[in-house]
Order: sequence, then structure tokens, then C-alpha cells
Amino acid sequence: MIFLRLAWLNLLRHRIRTLFSIAGIAFSVAAMLTVVTVLQGAIGMFTGILSSGAEMIVFERNVSDLFFSDVPLPAERSIAEWQMVAHADPVLFGVVSSADHPIITCFGVTKEDPRIRQATWLEGSADTFGTHETDIVLGERAAAFLAASAGKDIPIGHGQFHVSGIIRTKNGFEDGGVFMPLESAQRFFHKEGLSVITIKLRSTGQAEAFKRQVREQFPNLIALEDAEFSRSYSQFKILKATAWAVGGCGLALGGLGVANTMIMSVFTRIREIAILRVNGFSNFQIAATVFGESAVVSVAGAILGLVVGATTLYVLKLVPALDGYVDVTMHAGLMLLVVLLALLTGIAGALYPAFYAMRIRPVEALRFE
Amino acid sequence: MNTETNVAQIDRPAVRVQNVWKSYDDGAIAVLNGVDLEISAGQTVALCGPSGCGKSTLLHLIGGLDEPSQGRIAVNGVELNKHRDMVQFMRHEVGFVFQLHNLIPDLTMEENCLLPALAAGTNASAAQQRLNELAQRTGMQDRTQHRIQKLSGGERQRTAICRALMNRPGILLADEPTGSLDERTSGTIFELLMELASSEGVTLLMATHDRALAGSCNRTIEMHNGKIYESR
Repeated sequence: MIFLRLAWLNLLRHRIRTLFSIAGIAFSVAAMLTVVTVLQGAIGMFTGILSSGAEMIVFERNVSDLFFSDVPLPAERSIAEWQMVAHADPVLFGVVSSADHPIITCFGVTKEDPRIRQATWLEGSADTFGTHETDIVLGERAAAFLAASAGKDIPIGHGQFHVSGIIRTKNGFEDGGVFMPLESAQRFFHKEGLSVITIKLRSTGQAEAFKRQVREQFPNLIALEDAEFSRSYSQFKILKATAWAVGGCGLALGGLGVANTMIMSVFTRIREIAILRVNGFSNFQIAATVFGESAVVSVAGAILGLVVGATTLYVLKLVPALDGYVDVTMHAGLMLLVVLLALLTGIAGALYPAFYAMRIRPVEALRFE
Repeated sequence: MNTETNVAQIDRPAVRVQNVWKSYDDGAIAVLNGVDLEISAGQTVALCGPSGCGKSTLLHLIGGLDEPSQGRIAVNGVELNKHRDMVQFMRHEVGFVFQLHNLIPDLTMEENCLLPALAAGTNASAAQQRLNELAQRTGMQDRTQHRIQKLSGGERQRTAICRALMNRPGILLADEPTGSLDERTSGTIFELLMELASSEGVTLLMATHDRALAGSCNRTIEMHNGKIYESR
């Protein structure tokens, strides 16, 4: 108890400095939590677009971005015929723009595509999808920001399209997108091929055989399972690395704040540490008092950071412009990891101050009254 | 008290100081110049001399707070050197009382006194029992929950004495323990020290300027210019 009380008293002696240190850790934790949660949510949504109930994705090998992937149409037709394939859905991704919205994701799909079949149709119906080449279906949010409804003609890019339906999906990106018949999308984007083929196999045990067959018959293509794709897709890797780097920088700054607080704390109580020494405190016990203070700052900062991070995510969810685009579900594992990182940061920040405290010689420290 | 068997055993006075020299700044400031001293167990010894003659330095060396530049010091028959576990020595064999008490002002009297027990890992109830006993004997039983800031100079010094005796050390080193107190309180604190040293069987080595108090000790040792001139 006296250990804790000593740590607590030392922190109370310099309240403002302690509060700044706690705030530093809290903002670092909040930043890491927010950035990583938003990006993980976004990645999850994007992966959801690709899979849509499928198990495998086939796309052009060695492309940095799926928008640049070009899968020949004959390949899709051939793969769809394979025994092990339950069904294959060709998808062409593109980006279109309208007057006020420079970036709208466009999905070129067939009427059999699960996105069309499994969506909730708010207006129109899946059966009429692709009846006319200028027909498009809008996601619910796209319809809202384009102020469009079924039966209306709207300009998209350099073309004029007829809205044949409005759908609601479980995915924020899809809800903000435009769905075109595959052939119309190919014409619109001047592409003969596809971006990806999403595959559902008859048996999940055939995944390896499927990948091998794709590699043998179409050396320019690659087949990956959903989880495999999420792990290996370079854009996701960059996003994840960026998120952790931003959070890591935040924590490093928080750690420097803790280090500053702790070293100042040690400097201002050299005499007190000398007294502990005279009373038989070992190096380990002296260091424990410093680490104890640091732990109090880190834990308080981590708790405050979780509250600030959760509040930030809640507010982000309420921002209309972001509605549906960000999945702000906080995962317990991530929260635990962030708190652990904050504690480790606090401990790292206390290393030098603890080392300094351990080297204080009581005879010198007590000489100065 | 701890004893150690893995270090050189010289004979068994409570304190033996042999040809001890101490200087600072690479020898530029000589503080002790070949001190020899033996103190028997249970003695009360006053160390007198002008300021700067080396009294405090000698106490620090005997208490293990500093190391001699040259010479040997043994406490309870065991030499203080690099082979000795100085943390255990300071926990169990020696207690300090300073002129300015050196208590932690934000802690209570009780918490200050429990620090040595905490360091030594003493069982909490045993430590509390010892504290109650010492508080009773020093007349501090009603002040245990008071912060040091709220205590008078005499009460602070009583607290420092309680703390020094918490782990039942064999040797009590007091560096001008009455130096910052008025005459009446000085007398009371000194009597308390003597009474406790006697009842606890502790060897007391006390640096003091007060000749009258020194006269009440078993021995008085005079120091000048870093050397000992025993007077009595």
C-alpha cells in the first residue's frame, strides 16, 4: 500500500504535469484505436464487396490495385464450366463521377450476381436488372446523395443513365455505389475484360485444387481465398501499416511525455529516494516506485484514451458524409492490444528515470539540505 | 541481526575501523586521515568535534552509505566491502537518525516508520506490532496517523528514532540528532535515545556538538581534522 501511496503522492505533487502525461497517453491510445478501427472496418467492407458470399477471388496476377486488374472474359466462361465451381460471378470495378461527387464506385455485374440477388430492393426488382443497356441500379445512399429515384434519368460521367431500381445492402461501399449491367460497364470503361471473378466452390476442400488449376491454365491470373486475399492484398497491407505507424508514432510521443514526467519526478525527489535507500530499499524496490508511478499514468491514460476513442468513433458514425463508409465496431482484442501497448509505452518511458533513480547515492543526496 | 559467513571474519567488537581514509575530488579534499576506532557492543559513544572534522563522514562509512578511500571497516565482525550485501546490512544491522530527521513529509508518522519494514519484507502484522510498541515507548501513540508536516520538531525526531529502530538494528548511528531542537526538547530526545539504546541492547554512536549530552554517554571520542583523539 505504501508503494502505491508513494506513487500516488508523487503524481499529486505535480498535478498539471501528470495530467499532461495522462492526456498524451490518452490521445495516443484514442488515435491508434480510432485509426485502426476505421481502417479495419473499411478493409472488412471492401473484402465484403469482393466476396459477397463467395469463397475465392480470381484476378490478374501482380496488379497493385484491383481497379487495374484485367481478367479476360473467356477465362471467366471457362472457369464457370469447371466441375468444382458452383458458380462464378464476373465483376468489373470502375470509378465514375457526377457533378457533386467526384468518386462513386461502379460495379459492373450480371443479374445473377449475389449483390443483386441478395440485396433488399427498395425500388424496382432484381428481375428487371440489365433489361436496357442504359439501366443502372443505385445503392440506397448513392440514391440519396444523387437525389435520384427509380424511373429518373441522371448524368453519370459522360453518360446519361436510367435509374431502374434502388437497393439496400449490408455493405457501406455498395450502398454508396452504382450497379450497371456488365456489358454496359465494359463499354462505359472501355474494357473488354473483368476486374475479378468471385467463385463459390461446390466444396471448400477443393480450394487448393482450384488454385492449382487456375495457375496451370491461366498463368496470368491468381486465385486466392477471401482471408488469404485480405492478408496479402498490397493496398490493405499499406493501409494497415499506415494505421499502425500513425498509432505507433502517437504512442511514441506519449511515451516521451511519460519519460519527461518520470524523469522530472525523479529529479524533484532525489532526497526522498535517498531516504528510501537509507531505510533499506533495494535497487529493484526503488525502480518499482518509479515504474509504479509510470503504470498509474499509463493506466489512467489508457482508460481515458479508450473513452475518447469510443466517443470519436461514435461521433464519426453520426457524420452523414461517412454514414455507411466506416465500420466503427470496436473489437475487444484491439482494445486490449492498445491498452497493453500503452502500458508498455509507459514502462519504456520509465526505464531511464528508473535507472537514474537506482544510481542515486544517498550520502550525496542527503548532504544537500 | 544478520550475520554472514562468506566474508572475512575479524574479531567481534560491534564496530571496528582500521586506518580509514576518506577523500573527495581525487584526493583534493581529505576528510578522514587514518581513523582507527573500536566500539564494543552495547556502548553509547558520543563523537564530538568542530563542524567539518569528519564526524558525519565517519558515521556514513560505518553505516554503509559511503565507502572509504582506504582502510577497513567491520560491523558486528563482518567487513563492509564489495562482497557484503549492503542492502541487507542497511535493512537489518544499522539504523540512522539524522539532524533533520529525513522523513517523507507527505506520509504519516506510521507510514514513515513502516518504510524499513516494507523494504525488509516484514510481515505486516509483526511490523504493525513493532510500530505500536515503539510509538508507545516514544510517546507517539496518539500521533501515528498524523502527517509529518503536522508534527513538531521533537515529534519528528521521535518518529525518526522509531523508524531507525523498526527492524531491531544492532547499531544506531545518530548524526547530531538534537542539533535542530531547543534545549529542553534536546534533553528529552537524548534521554529517549539513551533509554531505547539501553533497553534494545543497541550500540549507539552519536555525533554531537553538545558536550553536556556527550558526557552522559559511556564514551566520548574527539575528532579534529579527520583524526580521532579519544578523550574518555
